[in-house]
Amino acid sequence: MIPLITGQAVAFWIFAVLAVAGALGMITCRKPVHSALCLAGMMVSLACIYAALDAPFLFVSQIIVYTGAVMMLFLFTMMIVGVDTTDSMIETIKGHRVASFLIAAGFGVMLVIGVVQGAVGGAAAGLEQANGAGNVQGIARIVFGPFLYPFLATSALIMIATMAAIVLSHGERLTPKQGQIERARARNEAFMATGADPGPMPAPGTYARKNSIDQPALLPDGSVAASSISPTLNVRGVAVVSNDGLRSAHRAAITRFVEDRDAIIGTNTAQAVAEELDDLAQAADDQLTTTGEGEQ
Amino acid sequence: MYPMEMEIVDPVAATGIFQFAWALIAWPLLVTAILLLAGKASNSWGHLLGVAGAVGDFVLAVVLWIQMIGTEVPNRAVKVPVTEWMTIGTMSVRADLLVDQLSILFALLVTGVGSLIFCYSIGYMAHDPNRRRFFAYLNLFIAAMLTLVLADNYALLFIGWEGVGLASYLLISFWQHRNSAALAGKKAFLVNRVGDLGLLCAMFTMFALFGSVNFNQVNHAISGAPATWITAIGIFLLVAACGKSAQVPLQSWLLDAMEGPTPVSALIHAATMVTAGVYLVVRSHAIYELTNAASLAVMVVGVVTLLAGAWVGSTKDDIKKVLAGSTMSQIGYMMLAAGIGPAGGAFAIFHLFTHGFFKANMFLGAGSVMHAMDDDTDMRHFGALRKVMPWTFGTFAMGYLAIIGIPPLAGFYSKDHIVVAAWERGPVFGVLAMIGAAITAFYMTRLMMMTFLGDKRWAEGIHPHESPAIMVGPLVVLAIGSAVLGVVLNNAIQVWLAPPTGHHPHELAWYHVPWQGWATLLLVILGVAVGYLVYRRPIAFDAPGKVNPLVYIGRNDLLADKFNHLVFVRGGGALASGIALVDDVIVDGAVRSLAGGTKGLGGVLRRTQTGYSRSYGLTMVLGAVIIAAVLILGRLG
Amino acid sequence: MDPNAYLILSAILFTIGVVGFLTRRNALIAFMSAELMLNASNLAMVTFSHVTGNLYGQVGAFFVMVVAAAEVVVGLAIIMIIFKTRRSASVDDQSQLKY
Repeated sequence: MIPLITGQAVAFWIFAVLAVAGALGMITCRKPVHSALCLAGMMVSLACIYAALDAPFLFVSQIIVYTGAVMMLFLFTMMIVGVDTTDSMIETIKGHRVASFLIAAGFGVMLVIGVVQGAVGGAAAGLEQANGAGNVQGIARIVFGPFLYPFLATSALIMIATMAAIVLSHGERLTPKQGQIERARARNEAFMATGADPGPMPAPGTYARKNSIDQPALLPDGSVAASSISPTLNVRGVAVVSNDGLRSAHRAAITRFVEDRDAIIGTNTAQAVAEELDDLAQAADDQLTTTGEGEQ
Repeated sequence: MYPMEMEIVDPVAATGIFQFAWALIAWPLLVTAILLLAGKASNSWGHLLGVAGAVGDFVLAVVLWIQMIGTEVPNRAVKVPVTEWMTIGTMSVRADLLVDQLSILFALLVTGVGSLIFCYSIGYMAHDPNRRRFFAYLNLFIAAMLTLVLADNYALLFIGWEGVGLASYLLISFWQHRNSAALAGKKAFLVNRVGDLGLLCAMFTMFALFGSVNFNQVNHAISGAPATWITAIGIFLLVAACGKSAQVPLQSWLLDAMEGPTPVSALIHAATMVTAGVYLVVRSHAIYELTNAASLAVMVVGVVTLLAGAWVGSTKDDIKKVLAGSTMSQIGYMMLAAGIGPAGGAFAIFHLFTHGFFKANMFLGAGSVMHAMDDDTDMRHFGALRKVMPWTFGTFAMGYLAIIGIPPLAGFYSKDHIVVAAWERGPVFGVLAMIGAAITAFYMTRLMMMTFLGDKRWAEGIHPHESPAIMVGPLVVLAIGSAVLGVVLNNAIQVWLAPPTGHHPHELAWYHVPWQGWATLLLVILGVAVGYLVYRRPIAFDAPGKVNPLVYIGRNDLLADKFNHLVFVRGGGALASGIALVDDVIVDGAVRSLAGGTKGLGGVLRRTQTGYSRSYGLTMVLGAVIIAAVLILGRLG
Repeated sequence: MDPNAYLILSAILFTIGVVGFLTRRNALIAFMSAELMLNASNLAMVTFSHVTGNLYGQVGAFFVMVVAAAEVVVGLAIIMIIFKTRRSASVDDQSQLKY
């Protein structure tokens, strides 16, 4: 008998491969975001298989609930926990990985043996009759019939889960909330005490050759305004905040001027000026560093 | 052996005043409860209520007695139902009372002598801050003693038996701040436990054989029991009697019991409680009549104790201990009489009764002397008290003449009958009893010489004086009792006690004295003469260090403590150590190694608790694999 | 189409989920592995529904989805609070509860 190739079979083989690939990708990707995307792909594949198995309602809910809601929650969490952290693939527990593979393989073999032994058989009853009045109607008849109370219980479960999430992620505020008035007052007090500028911080890119957030603003003397860029970028090494290039040009000019003057009027101040310039440069670097670290 | 002449009197149901015989026990118990619970509030009137406890009982006992005299002889034994006590299967024990001639006599003795001693105690304990507690314990004793003598079965008797033991313990250790008193109380308690074991064994045997411990039922059933078991019950009861009555070999506690206040020594350890053993033997006469071996054992114990007590009494310098030795000795006479059988039972009670008077008299006299001598008890520090304490001397002398048996005082008659009965039972016992009488005369003369006559050897700063009237009054009453009771009761007691002791009385005229009586009197006079001649000489203030072995043994209570220490304390200690070692090494070793093994296993297994949830997950999956394998491969097979 | 193929696919996916749960240290990925296992069982149930010809299997899968949604909410909240207090999303770092 020639095996009859149906649409169901075609769909199965395509999406089964995709699903297994997605699952494998999920557990092998080092970045959690990639894992999440692989899982989402696996879930969509499963949704398609559901569709081929005469389960249109589950096909839709799988995409909405899992791919839409659950995976979004995962991605949100990932954003908070650190989206671009990568896992080390080095196993720290001795012998754990080998044992894991062996036992998991044993488990899989047991499952497969169970399936084969269970011998569900080639003949599936099919759902044409059950879906006769529509798949959604059929499921609704069951959910709101014999499974009404479990269904109501699940609604309570979801409610409780929501409240649990709120309670768990709620943080107690330890200090009074800083409003606009408090911030303005603090800025003015800082100005009175240390002379810090009470105005807004300079925007990045001002007078610079590029207009992006990793380009620090330049002050009128050509040096860098450290407060114009995010300290995070500074720490990560994304922004260019070094004054070295500008500083060396200025320094060459100043040095030349001092040497000329010494030669004309017969003094010897070049050494003292050079030391003063070193101190200035050091102070500027210190300011950059402290600005960068202070808000870490 | 005497022919079988047992007549078991079945008690009749109580009527009239007899229905309230339980009040004899309840009233002093109520007084005890009031005195103990009212606390300091009753300090001012507690002693009066305490005396009322004894006197009220005495009045009731006299009323009962008169009622009984008015009753026909066969109906004199009265059963007073009180309550069902315990029911075990088909076995039932009732807490009923039996008022008969024997128990009413005891009730009269206990409450009568008790009342006198209570009165005396008001004066004697006047300066003791705990006088109220003292009277509470005394009333507890009265209640327990009356329970003992009024019980109609061995089980209820045992309650009283233990109750008097408890009261005795509490009162010996009354001055518990003195270590010696606390130890003496403990010793009395422990030695009494040995005797209690005997009584318990006797009760167990009766339960097993007859299914009852009721006196009447046991008496009826005993003749049908196997001879071996009758003897066993007799021996068990003898052990009990030995414990309570300080008979050899359980005599060691009585001498130490003198640590208690003197009224206690007089009431409990001379007049009443220590005679409970004699009561038990006489009460169980139906058993002893059927067993020659057990009654012979009773007689042997009695004779040995009467000689041993006399020996101790001859060597002690402590006036109370001399009297305690004398008490042992006199109770030995009673036991001897009780062992003789129906002929002796009545005489045992007779001697018990007269002894209760003259010994209480002498103990109270000794207390009076101690009161005068600042609580000194060493006779070597006395002497010549006759002049300063004439009343005490006079009453004490009456007791002295009574105990050594000078006619016509009480002791002459009661002891004389015992000697005669013992002689008829076997001349050996008679001779030994006569010798005991001679030694009694010797040591009592010694006591009199050292205490009241001779030169004064008082310690510095002692100014003896006569005791107050509240103390002298009871002495006088007791002295009169010591003097006349012998003549009064001589014949009557036999007739009166005939039904409960199962004896057919024969005529005993107070003026007729058999030849054994004269012989005894001769020996007594000899003993008095020796005592007078020896102790007429000057007496050292301090006891000599080196003495001959006889005196040494007597002074050390016949080495009983040393023997007990060596055999029971050390031997028992060694046995316990051995058992402890076995317990430690084998029993505990097994338990400990099991525990150690478990602990070690736990120490290894806890390493699996790494805290890594992935490891736990791995274990879980492994378990799932195993379960799946069992299920699936099981189906394959 | 042989239903056993679906079941074997379900078994494979489930086993992959087990491996992921056991080998990955990132709490989020371990959690996603758990979701994968749930999905695998869902597939089995839908298949059974197809085999038996009634919709109870699909209803079961539906309930699994509902419960999984609730579970995800709580689980992620727990992961977040752990991260907030310990600055780590590694399950191996939370191993203080041990001998």
